[in-house]
Amino acid sequence: MKLHEYQSKRIFAQYGVPIPNGDVATTPAEAKAIAGKLGGRVVVKSQVLVGGRGKAGGVKLANDPAEAEAVAQKILGMDIKGLTVEKVLVDEAADIQQEIYLGIVIDRAVHKPVFIASSEGGVEIEVVAKENPDAIIRLPVDPLLGMVDFQARNLAFDLGLRGKLINQFVKIAKGLYQAFVDSDASLAEINPLVVTGEGKLLAVDGKMVLDDSALYRHPNLEAMRDVQEEDESERIARDAGLSFVKLDGEIGCMVNGAGLAMATMDIVKHYGAEPANFLDIGGGAKADKVAAALRIILADPKVNAVLFNIFGGITRCDEVANGILEALQEVKTDIPMVARLVGTNEEEGRAILQAANFPSAQSLGEAAQMAVAMAKGGQA
Amino acid sequence: MSILVGKDTRLVVQGITGREGNFHTQQMIEYGTNVVAGVTPGKGGEWTLGVPVFDTVKEAVETQGANTSIIYVPARFAADAIMEAADAGIELVICITEGIPVLDMARVRTFLDQKDTRLIGPNCPGLITPGEAKVGIMPAQIHKPGKVGLVSRSGTLTYEVVQALTDLDLGQSTAIGIGGDPIIGTNFIDVLKLFEADPDTEHVVLIGEIGGTAEQKAAEYIAKHMSKPVTSFIAGRTAPPGKRMGHAGAIIQGGEGTAAEKIEALEAVGVKVATLPTEVAQLVKESMG
Repeated sequence: MKLHEYQSKRIFAQYGVPIPNGDVATTPAEAKAIAGKLGGRVVVKSQVLVGGRGKAGGVKLANDPAEAEAVAQKILGMDIKGLTVEKVLVDEAADIQQEIYLGIVIDRAVHKPVFIASSEGGVEIEVVAKENPDAIIRLPVDPLLGMVDFQARNLAFDLGLRGKLINQFVKIAKGLYQAFVDSDASLAEINPLVVTGEGKLLAVDGKMVLDDSALYRHPNLEAMRDVQEEDESERIARDAGLSFVKLDGEIGCMVNGAGLAMATMDIVKHYGAEPANFLDIGGGAKADKVAAALRIILADPKVNAVLFNIFGGITRCDEVANGILEALQEVKTDIPMVARLVGTNEEEGRAILQAANFPSAQSLGEAAQMAVAMAKGGQA
Repeated sequence: MSILVGKDTRLVVQGITGREGNFHTQQMIEYGTNVVAGVTPGKGGEWTLGVPVFDTVKEAVETQGANTSIIYVPARFAADAIMEAADAGIELVICITEGIPVLDMARVRTFLDQKDTRLIGPNCPGLITPGEAKVGIMPAQIHKPGKVGLVSRSGTLTYEVVQALTDLDLGQSTAIGIGGDPIIGTNFIDVLKLFEADPDTEHVVLIGEIGGTAEQKAAEYIAKHMSKPVTSFIAGRTAPPGKRMGHAGAIIQGGEGTAAEKIEALEAVGVKVATLPTEVAQLVKESMG
């Protein structure tokens, strides 16, 4: 789950990371009032959960409250990469002397949280990684020990910070690490962390991604979820306990197991069509889950064929076959479908489908070709 | 003719009285796996499926000589269960549980660095040495004993490939699912090493997917250390960037972890990469002659 900039920075601030004064507005009038309270130059920043807001025109400076209002008027309602801006953050504009990147991610290879830092902040770290990999510092942290002072100091020195900035940086790095751990984050990022004209470090922008598997122990963070920023079908799927990702194609896919679900998408593409979604119904899927999944798939108007691919291990094919038929009584549709059921109780499963005149296939390749033919037929 | 599990396996099931744990224990016993104990804290002294239940893994080790553990406990208790098994001196721990918080696993892995325990998973189907022992949740009937070693990040996709192998009369030495999470106990290279050293494995199948760089690292290892042929399949050619595809670890991030770069790395070191899962079996057959 992604957090907005303002949410991330507020969490950082709770851990002693200095952030600019500012507040969130949902109307131009609010933006004006906030700018008035702050005084001086402000920056009005769209709050959407995608990168590249600046380039899209979603971040603008304003010299006075009236200009802040005008700028907010422009940004609110703006479409950035398919998302509508509903909130802006109005922050005091910082006097920026230098920009640093400071982030923490989980490094799979060393199986530890790792700090990523660069004196070339302010741009996307992936760009720095590609164009100037030497400018990136990586520092793994022992998860049983946490971030210790000398590590943070070394990081500061490696970034070229000197004098009074060192201790400020140590406090920020340790605070960021604690925020990362306490929130069960998979990413916590300050970009840029700036050195101001007064010689102070300030977290001007922030970003957090939280580990979905750990949200159960953070109801306060779960409550920060911005449902408006989520695809509706993905939200419904999440509530139904299904693993679903919306794609752009025409063949709806319902599969058990994540790896097989990906492979099924690949096979659909291999036979000349595009998958409409990734969907893993999980093990032991019963009728109610199949019905929920089917509703989500069919809600997509682009879908003109549905492919079921079930490899029964824990999941029993007869149960899935019954699930499909029950679901179809609930969800009426003319969209053609094909099922491929193998594994535990496959003969029973196939017999159930055959009795109901539901098309089925033996192999995945055959099923995918049938689905593609159905989809093309439907278009003609 | 196998790695990690076989006739010498003495299995303790952590979470044996839970619904999943109990169901799969029965399946494992039917397959012939030597299940010597179960653990459910608070239910010590009970019996289930003819297996004695203990309060702690330590008791299961001391009383029954358990050397391998399989974990079915819910995600919020699973990290603790792994550490308990390692602390009790279990050599091999297989964690089936899905949805363990990543930071919990980071702590577990660091804890395991100080122990002589090998962890497989979490979020995996387990492993099977056909004809000897099944320590996992895979459908047993699709496997047959043979000379192909198989290692995979996925569950059902592995079954698909195993079925295709068995259909072509290509049996398996051991089939291992290493799990779909970002932090796992045993990686591709660890398993490749074991297969390379196993006299009864002649060919290795590696099934990968998007996310991370484990396949690229495996490719480097194959180039340097593997004499046995490796065939592969990588799932997720059509997966979009930035979206988690079911498995917590299956995500293309910052342009890293695409299927294309994995396939390229594997092909560059002479690994044949199949376009379709079933094609893996044909490639293995051609290679084994």
